Amino acid sequence: MGSVTVADTIRETTRDHLERNDGLLLGQSVTAVGWVNGTVPDCRNIIELPMTDVAGAGIAVGAALVGRRPIFVIRFQDFLVLNGSPLIYFAAKTKALHGKSAPVFVRAIASDGLGPVHSGVLHGIFMHFPGFRVCSPMTPWEYRRIWEDFMSHDDPMIVSEHRASFPNTEELEDRVAGDAVITIYPVSATRFEAVKAADVLAAEGIRCNVVHVLWLKPLVIDERMAGPLCRSGSGLVVDAGHETAGASQAIAYALTRATGIPVAAMGLADETKCLCPPLQNRIPDAGRIAGAVREMLRCASPEGLAHG
Amino acid sequence: MIPAQGSGMRSASLGVIPDIALSFTTEHSLEMFRRMCVSRYFDLGLVESVKDRRVTYPVYLSLGQESVAAAISTVVPGHMVFTQHRCHATYLSFGGRPEKLRDELLGLPTGTSGGRAGSNCIQCHEGRVTMFGHHGLIGENVPQAVGAALGSGRPVVCFFGDGAAEEDYVFAAMGFAATHKLPVFFVCEDNNLSILTPIEKRRSWSITDVVRALGIPAVDITDDPWTIAHHAREQANSLPAFLNIYVCRKNWHVGVGSDGPPEWDRFALVKERLRERGLAERSGSLEDETRQAMEKLWAP
Ligand SMILES: Cc1ncc(C[n+]2csc(CCOP(=O)(O)OP(=O)(O)O)c2C)c(N)n1
Ligand SMILES: [Mg+2]
Repeated sequence: MGSVTVADTIRETTRDHLERNDGLLLGQSVTAVGWVNGTVPDCRNIIELPMTDVAGAGIAVGAALVGRRPIFVIRFQDFLVLNGSPLIYFAAKTKALHGKSAPVFVRAIASDGLGPVHSGVLHGIFMHFPGFRVCSPMTPWEYRRIWEDFMSHDDPMIVSEHRASFPNTEELEDRVAGDAVITIYPVSATRFEAVKAADVLAAEGIRCNVVHVLWLKPLVIDERMAGPLCRSGSGLVVDAGHETAGASQAIAYALTRATGIPVAAMGLADETKCLCPPLQNRIPDAGRIAGAVREMLRCASPEGLAHG
Repeated sequence: MIPAQGSGMRSASLGVIPDIALSFTTEHSLEMFRRMCVSRYFDLGLVESVKDRRVTYPVYLSLGQESVAAAISTVVPGHMVFTQHRCHATYLSFGGRPEKLRDELLGLPTGTSGGRAGSNCIQCHEGRVTMFGHHGLIGENVPQAVGAALGSGRPVVCFFGDGAAEEDYVFAAMGFAATHKLPVFFVCEDNNLSILTPIEKRRSWSITDVVRALGIPAVDITDDPWTIAHHAREQANSLPAFLNIYVCRKNWHVGVGSDGPPEWDRFALVKERLRERGLAERSGSLEDETRQAMEKLWAP
């Protein structure tokens, strides 16, 4: 177990970029009150944006056009609906249209339980548009990995972060077992919950694979992704965003197409996230994931119940 | 129908400084006129090609508005350029090659973006010209221009229309440029129209007042090229700055049709000025040469 958290990793990777690469970081109110949960370093090349969400994203894109590889910090992913137009219509299109790239590193930070417009996970929307790389790193190593990826490509990247991962020091390894009866593909902060769900189910005698999804786009269905599904015979994608037309459904469809095995999708209910329980519509937790697995197995085969 | 009388102070003479043309060399005056001719005869050739159905993609003509880019490009030739959708004159005046623009409009791989982008999305990255292409989201180029100035420290000139001026992100970006004292020269080509809706139906305020309130020097002038170049010279060294320039769009928003004669004909007025300065013959032959070159360029 390491002692470096995801937040430390983000902060130090950023510091290196700003100090050594003459990179740029832009965001609103990033240099006060905890410096975005300890993820923003105190160093040069940081620009405090006024509350101009659309223009702010456009300014970041302009800085990308002249080679600064800006990090654009979005405190709550919900705001991406405002920040989106310069990213979607310019940054993500300029390479295909003009052969000129606009690599912006978009730190889209998600949370849960903070009410209707501070708890959203919108990475599914960005999978929809051509021209982005989209990922959701939850561990220190993954963060370093996706940063290297950003620096070695010239595409804008949507990095779907989650506050639940910031204190994390652990890597999340895939769990694959020969006798597993289902493969779970968790995304974002549901990955921590899926691991717990797999433990609960194992104690009941239901063996699950857990194959972690870091990259949402490009979504590569390779042996690591497809092999466990083919062997276990069923699959469930779990996401922290809304299920309807969201990342979970898109990934489930891609897995099904690639393997012929039906894969279910689980995300948030099609309801507004309210501030207080029971209406928070929180991301799927271990209990819900385990419940969904039990239900899938029960429906799939009458004998499946015997496991429980 | 294009309204006979535009908003507020619109006129063919607003802000024209008497005898300002005399402070420009003959060569400078003729070069501005030559650039106007290039844009004008390029677009006139394009009109014929659209009528002949050789160009079938949408086109955004600069006709009537040529003097803005023609004048400004002579004063700030080295600035990075961020264009709007109506950008043929900008591209040609800053030194883009006409044949590459033609090929882009024809959708050919030899076009400015390999034929993939079209009339409203023209870019140029050749020689000393750095001009970024617009994508179709009106006003998007303004925050990008500001970001490019922030990121590079290099001066930028950014063109947009009176409609774009209404986008919230446009004046938010100008405010950011004011805060950080960024070297951006903002130029509004104010043809009084957003598609075909005049300003007085859209808003009660003036963009020049708004920009001034942001702390950026701002003036309203008409599209006399000497007056434009004069202000550009004055402002170019103390950016950010803003020029709102009244122009008359000769054709439809998109396409080659027309709704009647424009409020004034700047091209004719400039020729008149040149004649007064005894330059009728030289400007006449420049115009003939350019017309012939553009006719050749568009010849089937
Ligand atoms: C963000 C956005 N809103 C609306 C449109 C539709 N639209 C295209 S051009 C235009 C008018 C633009 O007017 P102006 O900026 O004055 O430029 P002009 O065409 O007059 O040169 C509108 C409303 C668009 N393309 N983008
Ligand atoms: Mg207009």
